[in-house]
Amino acid sequence: MPGPTPNVDGDASSDGPEDDGVRIDMISGARMEGLTGMEKIRLILDGVREGNIVILEEGLSPDEESKLIEVTMTEISPDDFTGIEIETYPKAETSDQSFLDKLMGRKSAQKLTVIGPANRIETLHKDENLISTLVSRK
Amino acid sequence: MGLLTNLKDSISRVTDGLFAADEPKRIGIYGPPNAGKTTLANRIARDWTGDAVGPESHIPHETRRARRKENVEIERNGRKVTIDIVDTPGVTTKVDYKEFLDHDMEKDDAVRRSREATEGVAEAMHWLREDVDGVIYVLDSTTDPFTQVNTMLIGIIESQDLPALILANKTDLPGADVQQIANAFPQHETIPLSALEGDNMDEVYTKIAEYFG
Repeated sequence: MPGPTPNVDGDASSDGPEDDGVRIDMISGARMEGLTGMEKIRLILDGVREGNIVILEEGLSPDEESKLIEVTMTEISPDDFTGIEIETYPKAETSDQSFLDKLMGRKSAQKLTVIGPANRIETLHKDENLISTLVSRK
Repeated sequence: MGLLTNLKDSISRVTDGLFAADEPKRIGIYGPPNAGKTTLANRIARDWTGDAVGPESHIPHETRRARRKENVEIERNGRKVTIDIVDTPGVTTKVDYKEFLDHDMEKDDAVRRSREATEGVAEAMHWLREDVDGVIYVLDSTTDPFTQVNTMLIGIIESQDLPALILANKTDLPGADVQQIANAFPQHETIPLSALEGDNMDEVYTKIAEYFG
């Protein structure tokens, strides 16, 4: 059961070894499960604004994606933060939905999602099975 | 007391529904920047009201506020459909003022434009969640439709159960590939058009009446 406070800072500090590299936070579905939509967005954006790449095991719901775009826009500022690059696999026509999910109108949100600062991550190729991105250093 | 409250709620729902049927539907024109959303909004507004909605430009984020043209009456096959057209800023996940410097803009103007653009995109997302009854999704048929923004927005529209019409715009340009757009979103009907030239607008209006009437 994840704690109420989204914290993936760990022991990292600004003068740590990540200054020479790129930090990647891979966040499990279980970690996200207990968070509210806004807590998820904060967790993602706080990481991305520090220059990290955030990988979500299970992605966001459409409503959360909509709010992520909205909050990202409110945080963009010249010469500081230019927004996010986000990639997921294209949705596979809900083929992974169970009969019960379809009956109950539930849509599977499970889709690996990569999010990073727009000025550091560039998608080279994307198809149903592969996301290839180029990540530049600070 | 509970029974009375329930009865009151039921009557309220019925009367709301009756009035809602006569009210214009708010149709949001969405899509990525530079897909031709304002050109389309102006084409529809001029064809049916004689007025335009807003200025068009090849510079991205010319539309930085959602603009509404109310009570546009479209007549098709003896049916009259009244809609409010909401022309929205192009949706993106990033805005860098430096991109505007390439369009002969001073830094101050570019920064101001990028600020307005971010506010406009946030506003457009809010409209999509709260304030539109249907969506016309405009894509430039000369560009790759398999982008994350398109995938996310179509997903958001579908999750809200909003009727959505996908338009493959700019068919007048060389390299236009309508089939590529149809392949990207096979769950939706794709209508080709050139909003600039007015090509295939008859079919567009027929579909608007069918989808949003």
